[in-house]
Amino acid sequence: MKVTVLVRPKDGILDPQGEAIDRSLQGLGYASRGVRAGKVFDLELDAATAADARKAASELADAVLANALIEQFEVIVHDG
Amino acid sequence: MVTFPGTCDDRDAIRAVEICGGEAVPLWHGDDDLRQVDGVFLPGGFSYGDHLRCGAIASHSPVMAAVRDFAAMGGPVLGVCNGFQVLCEAGLLPGILQRNHHGRFNCLEADLVVERTAAWTGDAAPGTVLRVPVKHGEGAWYAPDDAVERIEASGQVVLRYADDINGAAGRVAGVCNEAGNVFGLMPHPEHAVDPLLGSTDGRSIVGGLVGLAAVVGT
Amino acid sequence: MQSVAATELHRRLGLTDGEFARIVGDLGRSPNAFELAVYSLLWSEHCGYKHSALLLRRLPTTGAAVLQGPGENAGVVDVGGGLAIAFKVESHNHPSAVEPFQGAATGVGGILRDIFAMGARPIAILDSLRFGTLDSERARRLFDGCVRGVAHYGNCVGVPNVGGEVMFEPGYESNCLVNAMCAGVLAVADLQSARAAGPGNLVVLFGAQTGRDGIGGASVLASQDLDDDLEKRPSVQIGDPFTGKKLIECSLELVAGGLLVSLQDLGAAGLASSTSEMASKGQVGLELDLDRVPLRERGMEPFEIMISESQERMAAVVEPSQLDAVAAVCARWDLPCTVIGRVVDGDSLVCRYDGEIVGVLGVASLVDGCPRYAVDPQRPQRLSDEPADVADYAEPDDLGAVLLDLLAAPNIASKAWVYGQYDQFVGSGSVVRPGSDAAVVRLTPSDRAIALSLDGNGRRVWLDPRRGAAEAVCEAALNVACAGATPTAITNCLNFGNPERGETPYMLTEAIEGIAEACEAFGLPVVSGNVSLYNETAFTPIPPTPTIGCLGVLEAADQAVRHSFAAGDTILLLAAPGAPAIDGSEYQRTVHGRTEGRIPDRNPAATATLCQSLATAARQGLLSAAHDVSDGGLAVAIAEAALACGGAEVEVPDRAGRPDVSLFGEGHSAVVVGCAAHHAAAVEALGGRRIGNATADGRIRIRCAGAAIDIASTAAAAAFEATLPTAMVG
Repeated sequence: MKVTVLVRPKDGILDPQGEAIDRSLQGLGYASRGVRAGKVFDLELDAATAADARKAASELADAVLANALIEQFEVIVHDG
Repeated sequence: MVTFPGTCDDRDAIRAVEICGGEAVPLWHGDDDLRQVDGVFLPGGFSYGDHLRCGAIASHSPVMAAVRDFAAMGGPVLGVCNGFQVLCEAGLLPGILQRNHHGRFNCLEADLVVERTAAWTGDAAPGTVLRVPVKHGEGAWYAPDDAVERIEASGQVVLRYADDINGAAGRVAGVCNEAGNVFGLMPHPEHAVDPLLGSTDGRSIVGGLVGLAAVVGT
Repeated sequence: MQSVAATELHRRLGLTDGEFARIVGDLGRSPNAFELAVYSLLWSEHCGYKHSALLLRRLPTTGAAVLQGPGENAGVVDVGGGLAIAFKVESHNHPSAVEPFQGAATGVGGILRDIFAMGARPIAILDSLRFGTLDSERARRLFDGCVRGVAHYGNCVGVPNVGGEVMFEPGYESNCLVNAMCAGVLAVADLQSARAAGPGNLVVLFGAQTGRDGIGGASVLASQDLDDDLEKRPSVQIGDPFTGKKLIECSLELVAGGLLVSLQDLGAAGLASSTSEMASKGQVGLELDLDRVPLRERGMEPFEIMISESQERMAAVVEPSQLDAVAAVCARWDLPCTVIGRVVDGDSLVCRYDGEIVGVLGVASLVDGCPRYAVDPQRPQRLSDEPADVADYAEPDDLGAVLLDLLAAPNIASKAWVYGQYDQFVGSGSVVRPGSDAAVVRLTPSDRAIALSLDGNGRRVWLDPRRGAAEAVCEAALNVACAGATPTAITNCLNFGNPERGETPYMLTEAIEGIAEACEAFGLPVVSGNVSLYNETAFTPIPPTPTIGCLGVLEAADQAVRHSFAAGDTILLLAAPGAPAIDGSEYQRTVHGRTEGRIPDRNPAATATLCQSLATAARQGLLSAAHDVSDGGLAVAIAEAALACGGAEVEVPDRAGRPDVSLFGEGHSAVVVGCAAHHAAAVEALGGRRIGNATADGRIRIRCAGAAIDIASTAAAAAFEATLPTAMVG
């Protein structure tokens, strides 16, 4: 089953990358605001149900993909 | 000598240009004219924190528009390390720099083999080995296979690593554009100009820029 | 202002009942929550040195070259030629144990700010790291993360990392140590102070915005909103070297323009600490408008703004007439710059938010009123008065194999895997880069240079804290002398366990005594430092680890000496009186699996004389190499110095009365030097003893009282170089 994990800096955690990009976009005249930069992981999991896939993805995201001290993650299961 | 916020090697590069007989003129990333310089040096560092992609944000800065015009008119442009990354992101040089294949920042004195005779390497003979420090985490030059073939065939590869230190395609350390007036490399010639600190092989490269600029100036 | 009703609040903030009573006495009333938060941080061990301040008075801090001793952001020493060096070592142990990459990175960021706050341009970073042994997955993870973090910050701000040390001991498994040292150069005339002065002047905050970083323990004060989840209270500080780099350039531009009255970095306890320090040093009061502080997050409470440890911020005192010029420089570097208060007469720190007074604190009480406790040193039973009995140790048959084992031991093996991740070149000053005894950095554009080393060995201090700490001073000074420099001043970082129980009170007291005695013997002042206590887990403290940073001065950068022999060199031994011993040595540990006995008295006075001989030899241009005898003893020192040229043939004296101890023992100040044959007599005249020659024949041959080592230098190099890359694969 195909799964996407989005990893973002936690709310309130300083995001130097997002801030630098934000300032640059504003400097170039784009009306952007509040950029936060994260990571996207696309993966395939052997799982019987979407719920199993979500559980497995959450586990590996918690253990490896995201650093729980400073990052939060979101799992998207692509059904079918 | 262009300084972006996050540029680190500008002071060293200014000193190297002076040692090689040039006069260094500081340029600021927000400048939109080049103050009538005869050559442009984009030094290393971490422009704009290297956020988004190395060199990506810097390539959109006002000064780079002026550098683009300058290069289009045949003016000599040298990009070192982050400056090389900026030139690639700006489309002035082919390819892109990726993370080193071993995933780590790497600081060492590397041996570079001169691929072809060019003013950029002080007209050194092909096969000459130059010892120049490298220090980068994202220095593996990459281009699609067909592009690499074209670049090799047209003689744009100027310097190659003697050993595979970062996973660069074809061990490419430095390339120039088709016209030959824009040259970028990951190694740091500005750190190899003073015998007290080690190799002085970088003088041929910094001196290359100074020599080309002198031609423009006349 | 509301008083705190719940008296336990002070306990939850880490203050004792006695301390709380003292606060009430100083204020003449009960503190409100804001005030209590500020007190709890400034009267913490970290800021207030509660258990170490009385002991630290023992350290010598003055000297002819000292321009600024302890008490400012960093110590400053006159190095001649109109130039001065600001330098300091600081720990970031606890944050690195929690999140190694960010912890180590912000450790580097913090020490850099201390240096440029003095008006100095940072020109060198060194790092001293301690982890559990490499067979521990956790130790490897922390090691990898900390090295990446140190590399990340230093590389991105363009300050070369020129040296340091790494040791692996089981006692650091749960508490790794990250000590970062930085040196910066300034013209003597440009020396800055953190002293606020001039009522009417403005307090300006510039740099990064303020978030809830590092609020940590004080978060018990957060509005008593039950669904207020921990997500909002990050205790991990995130380093932003891009902003850090801009902050360096911006600060130095402000200093160069003469635009500042004073400059102070924001570190532990944030604004609370920095503003009260500024006021205290200037004997003035300050009024702060906390609502003016630019925030990264919404809804921050005044106390959070006051104590936030957000990185990459500086506070300055500016005359009103210079404000526009200061703002223009900050704007050029794209850094927010805000007037957050003003200097006033008196002795009060008055904090307002939206015009309302949220706290009024007495500066003297905050900064100088912190209670100072005497620790109760009880000598641990386990300490031995006697050295180990060598007869208990079987003499190995194959000393060549021992040498190879020691070269491969993680504490001795090449650290190229570490410093290969650091930019060593930026700044065009790194005359001697990592891998030698000390780094040498030229003060470009002048010809002068400084040498820097950073040393400490917790295992040896654990056996005898006074001798061990004195030895760390001797080692650091000897390393600097091996580079050809004259040792000039010291900075120290004292990493210990809980000062309120167990061995730590004794270890800390004795170690400081040892440092003081050694510094007195050398005539070396301690100009800056840092104390990190409570490094313990489950009542087991780390090995007591004072790390000593030494600054040395070279009149000319081209007098610098490296540690590698050239083929054909005559090899000589310069040694202080005494003999090496097995006690606490890497040999005792690696080959015999023990750490016991009592380390020898390193004899600081004789070591100081040895340093003078080395400096003389370097000044006369006699030496092609000098390498001090340290971990692994004389045989390891000779092998390390011979790796580059490819061989050595020497016969060394059997000072210990047993060849294995003479070859691999430690605790004796000695240096192996290489020189051209025609200089050998001059080195002999300085006390050198000829022991052999450097060769290019690919063999390392060492004889001692009938015993002999004969190994291929390629095998020695392989053993030396393989350990860390092999352990850290993947």
